[in-house]
Amino acid sequence: MARRAAAEVRFGEQLTPRSELLRSALVSGPAIAWVSLFLLIPLVAVVGMSFLTRGSYGQVGLPATFENYRRLAGYGLLGYDPLYPQIILRSLLLAAGTTLVCLLAAFPLAYFIVRLPGRFKNAALTLVVIPFWTNLLIRTYAWQILLGPESLLARLASALGLAPAGQPLYPSTLAVYLGMLCAYLPFMVMPLYSSFEKLDWSIAEAAMDLGAGGPQVLRHAILPQVAPGMAAGVILVFIPAVGQFVIPDLLGGAKTVMLGNAIQQQFGASRDWPFGSAISFVGMALVMLGLLLYARSAARRGEEGLL
Amino acid sequence: MAQPGEPGSLSSPDARAAVEVSGLSRRFGSFQALDNVSLTIREGEFFSLLGPSGCGKTTLLRIIGGLDLADSGSVAIGGEAMERIPAHRRPVNTVFQSYALFPHMTVAENVAFGLRMKKIAAADIAERVARALEMVQIGSFASRKPAQLSGGQKQRVALARALINEPRVLLLDEPLGALDLKLRKELQVELHTLQRRLGITFIFVTHDQEEALVMSDRIALMRAGQIEQIGDAEEIYERPRNRFVSQFLGSCNLIEARGWSPGGAGESLAETPLGTLRVEGGGAPTAGRESFTLAIRPEKLRLLPAGETGENRVPARVSQVIYIGSESHFQLEAGGRPLLAYAMNETRGAHELEPGASLTVHLPAASLLALED
Repeated sequence: MARRAAAEVRFGEQLTPRSELLRSALVSGPAIAWVSLFLLIPLVAVVGMSFLTRGSYGQVGLPATFENYRRLAGYGLLGYDPLYPQIILRSLLLAAGTTLVCLLAAFPLAYFIVRLPGRFKNAALTLVVIPFWTNLLIRTYAWQILLGPESLLARLASALGLAPAGQPLYPSTLAVYLGMLCAYLPFMVMPLYSSFEKLDWSIAEAAMDLGAGGPQVLRHAILPQVAPGMAAGVILVFIPAVGQFVIPDLLGGAKTVMLGNAIQQQFGASRDWPFGSAISFVGMALVMLGLLLYARSAARRGEEGLL
Repeated sequence: MAQPGEPGSLSSPDARAAVEVSGLSRRFGSFQALDNVSLTIREGEFFSLLGPSGCGKTTLLRIIGGLDLADSGSVAIGGEAMERIPAHRRPVNTVFQSYALFPHMTVAENVAFGLRMKKIAAADIAERVARALEMVQIGSFASRKPAQLSGGQKQRVALARALINEPRVLLLDEPLGALDLKLRKELQVELHTLQRRLGITFIFVTHDQEEALVMSDRIALMRAGQIEQIGDAEEIYERPRNRFVSQFLGSCNLIEARGWSPGGAGESLAETPLGTLRVEGGGAPTAGRESFTLAIRPEKLRLLPAGETGENRVPARVSQVIYIGSESHFQLEAGGRPLLAYAMNETRGAHELEPGASLTVHLPAASLLALED
């Protein structure tokens, strides 16, 4: 095989296996070096760290144990306490909820933008992206103002009898989801938009022609075509949303700890790097597991692989 | 220009209408896609909508299928008004130009789709799908995905997917356009045979004149959102109404005529640059018109030795000879204007007329036709 490749004439020159190897190394080398240096090595360090033990002053050292994972699972010094499993579950649920809300909001929005005439299309996409030009913290504080006691929204809510007068609309679950939606919507809109842009409408027409009503056209002709975009959006929203803690803190009242807070706390105030590493790794592993399951089911369905 | 609902020569009063279109107009922005179109398509006929791109033929098909809405006018299928009936409940099915197969479904699933939407029992569906695939000779591809099929195979799947629903009318939007010539000819014959066997009304959109001539019972020739002429193949070819029709189907010599004097019964004399021509072919009424156009197909011209004189015989000079094998095409010049003549190569060497050679062209009076414009 290698010999045959060597005999192949490409672009008028003959490449020996060795020079071919050299070329691919030159081309892909920098990327591989970058990924190893800034992703692989820190990852290995985190995994390694998670098995170590915190000393009395926060220093890291031996012995290597599974203690951090035991503690994470809830078996602490004071008996069983499901605090950390709850934190992980809470974060996964918030991420899943955010993903769902984003999907529900982005689907009609992306469809609407695609159907706009050309010159409005770019303007609409720019409007979707504009929030990115502002820092997340500032955007989140902005929601505090928008949901504050004297705000239009709060007055509207009290006028409609949905909330007591003179009260802010945050902290609340609604406020958290508003903030999350605002932060992650563009990640869902963009891939969905590009899927809709490529959508073959004649397939939807064919479905209609063959007797499919509106919901059936959506299910059999449109959803299968935008599925790759939906999957990309779900991944782009879900993964960062799992680690999000600023928005739940600022708009949810900072009463509950999220995965992100927990990690930050361990690496910061608690100075327990090994335990922080364990939380980080488990969070990452759960997300990876989810993606893997998704990729396998997509492969079974014969869809184009995303991973 | 087109007379609404004008029946062709084959019309018989008892022929039932499969599709009745009347006064249909459709405008896209400033583009008038359909302009007050009316026509009647009979039960069980193979009807072609023929015309250059942008003439409105696809728009007309889409409106019949319910995939587009007319600005004004009405469509009735099988005598039933379709205004309030959406595409998915119309008794028609479409074979799309780009096939529009569901890419994520197998061939069998594609074909089964229409029956699934009708909630037919699964066992019935399986049996009917198998039969439909057999009918278009792709039974062995049932479990493939569309991406694994060739253009011709995809076309067959699209056909089976539409026909399995037993539509009252099958709409075909340039279904053979993307195929190579050989396959196209094969499928033309196959489609024609299939239509005859099933007896389903076919409305076939094409810009290929030969395709329309080969397959159709009747043809509607369209231009700029209007129907120029409706008739069977021979009628449209032999008796074009105007310049556009005469030029769109095959080639045609057009001769400007000025002046007109009635001759004997059913004949007239026309003053042309080629001299006075006796016209027996008829065509549009010319009484009272100062100038009009005479048309004659190139194969109707007779090439005679130079010096022959007589009625409708004109001296000409050969400017170019193109040898096509079975026939030769002669570019002639007569009376200072070009004339095209086709002649069968009945004997070897029949085409051996040198450019510059002189001869006489006979324009038979029965083959000359006066046009409307």
